[in-house]
Amino acid sequence: MDVTGAVAAPPPPQARRGRWRRRLRKTGFAFSVAVIVSPAILVFLWMLSLALKNESDNSAYPPVFIPSPPTWSNFIQVFTENSMGLYFWNSIVVSGSATLIALLVGIPAGYGIARAQAHRLTVLILIARMTPALSYLIPLFTVFQFLGLNNTLTALAITHLVITVPIVVYVMAGHFETLPRELEEAALIDGGSVWTSFRHVALPLARPGIVVGTILAFIFSWNNFVFSAVLAGRTTRTLPAAVYNVLTFEQLAWGPLAAAAIIVTLPVLLLTVLIQKEIVTGLTAGGVKGA
Amino acid sequence: MAPSATATPRSGFLARRQRSYRLFIVPALVVIGAVIIFPWMFTVWMSMFDWKIGSVAHFVGAENYVRLVGNQRFHEAVVHTIYFTALAVVAPLVLGTIAALIFHREFPFRGLLRSIFTLPMMATPVAIALVWTMMFHPQQGVLNYLLSLVGLPPSLWVYSPTLVIPSLVLVEVWHWTPLVMLIVLGGLAALPVEPYESARLDGASEWQLFRYITLPLVAPFLFVAAVIRTIDAIKAFDTIFVITQGGPGTASETINLYLYLQAFAFYNVGNASAVVVVFFLIILALALLLLHVRKRTQWT
Repeated sequence: MDVTGAVAAPPPPQARRGRWRRRLRKTGFAFSVAVIVSPAILVFLWMLSLALKNESDNSAYPPVFIPSPPTWSNFIQVFTENSMGLYFWNSIVVSGSATLIALLVGIPAGYGIARAQAHRLTVLILIARMTPALSYLIPLFTVFQFLGLNNTLTALAITHLVITVPIVVYVMAGHFETLPRELEEAALIDGGSVWTSFRHVALPLARPGIVVGTILAFIFSWNNFVFSAVLAGRTTRTLPAAVYNVLTFEQLAWGPLAAAAIIVTLPVLLLTVLIQKEIVTGLTAGGVKGA
Repeated sequence: MAPSATATPRSGFLARRQRSYRLFIVPALVVIGAVIIFPWMFTVWMSMFDWKIGSVAHFVGAENYVRLVGNQRFHEAVVHTIYFTALAVVAPLVLGTIAALIFHREFPFRGLLRSIFTLPMMATPVAIALVWTMMFHPQQGVLNYLLSLVGLPPSLWVYSPTLVIPSLVLVEVWHWTPLVMLIVLGGLAALPVEPYESARLDGASEWQLFRYITLPLVAPFLFVAAVIRTIDAIKAFDTIFVITQGGPGTASETINLYLYLQAFAFYNVGNASAVVVVFFLIILALALLLLHVRKRTQWT
């Protein structure tokens, strides 16, 4: 494999052999690209195929790959019979409010950390994000039990702060550090308070960072499974727990299961496309998933 | 991580301003204290009690920890975790590096293909795990059909006690190779050109260029990827829980799965908390390692 990305020019006397070798190399390279990309695309296509086929095609062997004709019945079924709509709404409420609260406390905190150079806090945040989710779940479960809050969306939203607050603080601290201080200095010299220089100078400039922080926090919260699996009741489950619980126990049909899996993950994939480049920064900030 | 504080003369004015910056952090600290630091301390406290939910707690001191030392099932969970983690770190690292070398070159549709390649990374783990469960099915699963196409005998995949962990790692590899690829790709983008030119003049082969120039230069990035991957693999939960729930038997029960069962199947809160503390210490050690590396490589 050409590691450096440069293609060596072939010597003129053996031009034909050189052309052959180049063509062979090109084919080989195209083949390796196909090999490396295909697992990603095939699993998603298979998911789509399962979701669009009727049940007899889904249990056929050898497997049917192309749904003919494709049917929406699996999607209709999970919405009408498995109250997918309710769970979707639960997910939006839980992830939405956890993200909103995280933004409210996290944006100023990120600003404070960047300007006061309080880096010990970022260390705390890193450790928090590396701790397995279950270690928060046991104490919070016990406390919610005591307060009678188990099985409520409130308890879930509070628990999801474990995910959203660290990521927002981390992203915002990093972002504010890249903003020049001079503009804020100017506002301060003009007699503004630290608050006005934050509110009217730094905050508008931080918009791109806020977008990234919001989307990452929302995705991580949306993808979380274990909090809802433990804390939620039948009607307060978020999507991942609902898909796991309701569908696997009440029916073993593959079509609806795949349709539900698509409903869970499609919003996330769409959001991902929006902030592709920034995602690495967020992911490498320590822990990745909630668990 | 940040340029160190510029040497500004500290006047009363600046100190006052520094204090008001710290006020910005207070609301977040309150929330973090409530949902993160309080649970940590509560866990340590609970780990010293013999306590099942619904019954009275008895103080037992270090007994939960002592019992853990002699607990066969916990030992097995540790072994499974190490096995799973080792595979789930090494495989994505190797494949991710190869993928990065490929995506570092120019070719048609590179941007689009790279986006497709990185999609698995953010997909909801539970949804992906469900699809893989169906793919692993020994009779109707598409994986055994694919094996039969190339003339291989069908496999039991996650239904076999010996194959279950490698099969689960397969899902993990599918999910997280893109992250390694992106990190290494960042390293490749920063490579200088000169060493390659002079090495080529000296007649170095492609493999030698990779082995003696590229690899050492991207090593810091590989190391960061390795540490991140280790921390994630050690806490892997969703995929294992959804696909096998630790089975067959206890063949894929990792520390995290054992922890879940102790806490939420047997409601053995005291014992589970002791497991959390031990688990936390392992991860903390890894976290310190990561910070150490970050400082040394100046990589953010």
